[in-house]
Amino acid sequence: MHDLIEHLMELTTSPHWGGVLPYLIEGIQITLYITFIGVFFGLILGIVTGLARLSKSKIIYGLATCYIEVIRGTPILVQVLFIYFALADFFGITFDHLTAGIIAIAINAGAYVAEIVRGGVASIDKGQMEAGRSIGLSSFQTMRYIIWPQALKRMIPPLGNQFIISLKDTSLFAVISTGEAVFMGRQYVATTGVYFEPYFMMGLVYLSITIPCMIILRAYERKLDV
Amino acid sequence: MIQVKDLYKSFGDLQVLKDINVEVKEQEVVCVIGPSGSGKSTFLRCLNLLEEVTSGEVWIEDENIADPSVNINQLRTKVGMVFQHFNLFPHKTVLENVTIGPIKVKGEAKEKADIEAVSLLEKVGLADKANDYPRSLSGGQKQRVAIARALAMNPRVMLFDEPTSALDPELVGDVLAVMKDLAKEGMTMVVVTHEMGFAREVGDRVIFMDEGYMIEEGDPEQIFNDPQHSRTQAFLSKIL
Ligand SMILES: Nc1ncnc2c1ncn2[C@@H]1O[C@H](COP(=O)(O)OP(=O)(O)O)[C@@H](O)[C@H]1O
Ligand SMILES: [Mg+2]
Repeated sequence: MHDLIEHLMELTTSPHWGGVLPYLIEGIQITLYITFIGVFFGLILGIVTGLARLSKSKIIYGLATCYIEVIRGTPILVQVLFIYFALADFFGITFDHLTAGIIAIAINAGAYVAEIVRGGVASIDKGQMEAGRSIGLSSFQTMRYIIWPQALKRMIPPLGNQFIISLKDTSLFAVISTGEAVFMGRQYVATTGVYFEPYFMMGLVYLSITIPCMIILRAYERKLDV
Repeated sequence: MIQVKDLYKSFGDLQVLKDINVEVKEQEVVCVIGPSGSGKSTFLRCLNLLEEVTSGEVWIEDENIADPSVNINQLRTKVGMVFQHFNLFPHKTVLENVTIGPIKVKGEAKEKADIEAVSLLEKVGLADKANDYPRSLSGGQKQRVAIARALAMNPRVMLFDEPTSALDPELVGDVLAVMKDLAKEGMTMVVVTHEMGFAREVGDRVIFMDEGYMIEEGDPEQIFNDPQHSRTQAFLSKIL
């Protein structure tokens, strides 16, 4: 007991809190960079494949479903290893670390976004489509002006959630040395042999981004409810 | 104006409309009555192709809309529809609900569409609600906006599918009054309704449907006072 308190006291004056911080700040910028660009392309991919899942064409539906199920059925770690190592090994297709990470986030988030899009559009009462069509709007116009704006409002909370998940997923890219926060923190650990402060700090750095995101999302959901 | 010949409609194996033959003349108000599930909504929805016709002909003016080559969006501007559950666009204001058709389908300028929409809203007694959102309206007000939205396309025919069935009883009158005015102005109307008072007072003709068949048609007095068919008698004795 006495030892533990002494140990905790030592922590308060430890130089490693400040020591690891520059590493983490550098890393988290790369984390955010991969996340923003990856999720941006993931959104585009997800919207296209999500709408494809609503298509009457069996081929389009089938292709979209394959993509979504393969991605959702495999770990993102396997996906990024495949993109970075396997493609290079077999096809000679090589990506630098960052690009591989961005592609992995994009195709991974894309599959989850697709399900969010499909669910959001499907949640809109079918009377809305009928009302739009009955005044002469085409099915595309009805989708664009009537269904989509309503669906988008409902999609924003789960999309925000997906952003947070993708942000955390980038931490796995330490295995391909993208230089994101976990990789950088571990560099510090490797050179100092200290574990507690760097990993604790690493958690705090992630929380400093995810908690504000979650607060904003909750506020938006509350506004949506009323 | 409308001529339906040998219309059949099936959903998979389920035959919902059988051998329907109807004519609706210009300025006529035809009321369709019948038990739930008898195919009234499906019949109405075949008239603006919300349902695909299985076989038969449906002529709207000089166009057989059962012909696959018909321009559906063009056709629908001629045939207005009012739904039981209003189906207003909740993310648009009352005014925008009314103007979206003229602006997006007919390519009207917003200013012109706004002016016309306001005068339609005046007609249904809701000009003061133009900038409100549907959620702040009562059911009766929503339905009157839905009527204005359909009228904004200048349709040649208006279809009503149980327009007052989802309303609290005290709100029914306002909607029926708007429909009566429309009839007086000479709008051609096909109305599926349980409002026998309306059918009697405004209807030129009443059609009784049961199990996908048109069982009987005639002028309202005859149908209500002297129904010929036993199924019509049974139905009327239950609801009157
Ligand atoms: N989209 C559909 N798919 C399958 N069956 C349907 C569909 N729409 C209606 N039906 C069936 O058709 C029959 C007639 O329905 P409907 O036209 O709604 O009757 P009504 O309006 O007279 O109550 C019912 O048995 C109903 O279950
Ligand atoms: Mg019905």
